[in-house]
Amino acid sequence: MTVDTNTVRKVAKLARLAVPEERLEPLTAELNGILKWIEQLNEVDVAGVEPMTSTVDMKLPMREDVLQSGPTGGGQPDNVVANAPKTEDHFFVVPKVVE
Amino acid sequence: MSSITDLTLAELRDALKAGKVSSLEAVDAYLGEIEKARALNAYIVVTADRAREMAKASDAKLSKGEGGPIEGVPLGIKDLFCTQGVQTTAGSHILEGFVPTYESTVSANLWRDGGVLLGKLNMDEFAMGSSNETSYFGPVINPWRAKGGNARLTPGGSSGGSSASVAAHLCAAATATDTGGSIRQPASLTATVGVKPTYGRCSRWGIVAFASSLDQAGPIARDTRDAAIMLRSMAGHDPKDSTSVNQPVPDYERSLGASMKGLRIGVPKEYRIDGMPAEIERLWADGVKWMKDAGCEIVEISLPLTKYALPVYYIVAPAEASSNLARYDGVRYGHRAKDFADVQSMYANSRAEGFGKEVQRRIMIGTYVLSAGYYDAYYLRAQKVRKRILDEFNDAFKKVDLILTPSAPSAAFALGEKSNDPVQMYLNDVFTVTANLAGLPGASIPAGLDSRGLPLGLQLIARPFDEETMFSGMYALEQAANFKARPERWWA
Repeated sequence: MTVDTNTVRKVAKLARLAVPEERLEPLTAELNGILKWIEQLNEVDVAGVEPMTSTVDMKLPMREDVLQSGPTGGGQPDNVVANAPKTEDHFFVVPKVVE
Repeated sequence: MSSITDLTLAELRDALKAGKVSSLEAVDAYLGEIEKARALNAYIVVTADRAREMAKASDAKLSKGEGGPIEGVPLGIKDLFCTQGVQTTAGSHILEGFVPTYESTVSANLWRDGGVLLGKLNMDEFAMGSSNETSYFGPVINPWRAKGGNARLTPGGSSGGSSASVAAHLCAAATATDTGGSIRQPASLTATVGVKPTYGRCSRWGIVAFASSLDQAGPIARDTRDAAIMLRSMAGHDPKDSTSVNQPVPDYERSLGASMKGLRIGVPKEYRIDGMPAEIERLWADGVKWMKDAGCEIVEISLPLTKYALPVYYIVAPAEASSNLARYDGVRYGHRAKDFADVQSMYANSRAEGFGKEVQRRIMIGTYVLSAGYYDAYYLRAQKVRKRILDEFNDAFKKVDLILTPSAPSAAFALGEKSNDPVQMYLNDVFTVTANLAGLPGASIPAGLDSRGLPLGLQLIARPFDEETMFSGMYALEQAANFKARPERWWA
């Protein structure tokens, strides 16, 4: 399977990456180079094989559904917004999304 | 006594405990070396003030006969580990200026045990690379040069700052991470010891995520003993990482020197790949002989799916990365573009400006293989092949206790030599990536020099959570190889 520039444009949009028009063609060539190399996987017989979901053979641990203390706990709005490019009163500020 | 920075971690630990040297003296010695080695570009940030503060606190404990297992030992931390109050960038422009308000579990474990933070080590952007050339902060330079040449060589990647700083004695040891070979390949290229433990052994909490089912932290150190000491402190169960395994952490140092008699060493014929330099093949044969001399039984094994491991990786890792890196949107942290028309273009412009070329390439591949209509053909198929690779290893480990292979298909190469061809660069991880896919522990140890005087490593792979046998094997190889070469200090 190969991709064309239209597909690459669409994927870039899905990935939220602004790709300038002049980069589309070289990027298409790069991606096709990688995809062509990946295609050798079609040689492997995978009939009846369950896809792998985890390397560790263990059950997902459960915990009490209560507020945690420490860095994963609540009550620390200053820390939450400390690295945000733009904030106001502990809110993240983004461009207007609803007219 | 030789210079403080030439002591191994174990020697420095003992000298500190015996009061022969203070942590502050050690920190100042290292800061001096780091200053002289700016040309290597190993550190993104040097935390001199914090290092001295931590050293003084350690010295106070040591003077009372107190302190943890590595009290007062100066360490470098790969810039993928979040460090509270110290910039953490993952080698990316998008995280430039990001100062975490929390500490990663692995680094916190090191501080608990007495480690001292010297600074944050350079790396490939988001750990995506094998040469350190994708770092926004410029490539790290390998302390090793070819005989008679002065070309700048790669220290490997993605943990190139870790490997270079350990090789050049700019820290006693360093943390690193390994998603497809990012600990073992740089260790091989710099004559250092790199250990990727079993998936789940070290907590991933607070480590900037690349590919969550493959990422695992581990040490890069000067020898096997130092790596054993580091891993013991780094590892441990952490409820904040749901894949962290609740198993006691052994004292790996005790495994060094254990008898190798009767251990079965697997030699997989599929790791003899086309185009591999004869010197690497010879070194591998030396390794086999060393193991035999140590009393091991050598068993030829077959892992026929080996050649499919890299293609599997280049579906699974970009898929997970495209999802993990979706969080960089210019809203909660990281770079935000100045020019945009609306919220969508703010996301797209911020990400285009903040991510480098290789990271964008992998996000694109990952988004594509997960997109509607292609998921089954690419991602699902890759996860099935991955399962078969795991089964292949499980079968092999019924017949052998350890697997011995070369660590990397070449010695250190020149900067720029492979950066224009992504697939050529990806092939660096051909021997290491299998252990990530199967979640197995793997380690690289320096075993010899090639004809140009550049280091080559050998890799051991062990059963899940059997790092102890791996450390015994590493120590046996180390004793037999008796590798003593050091790079010339051209940078100082």
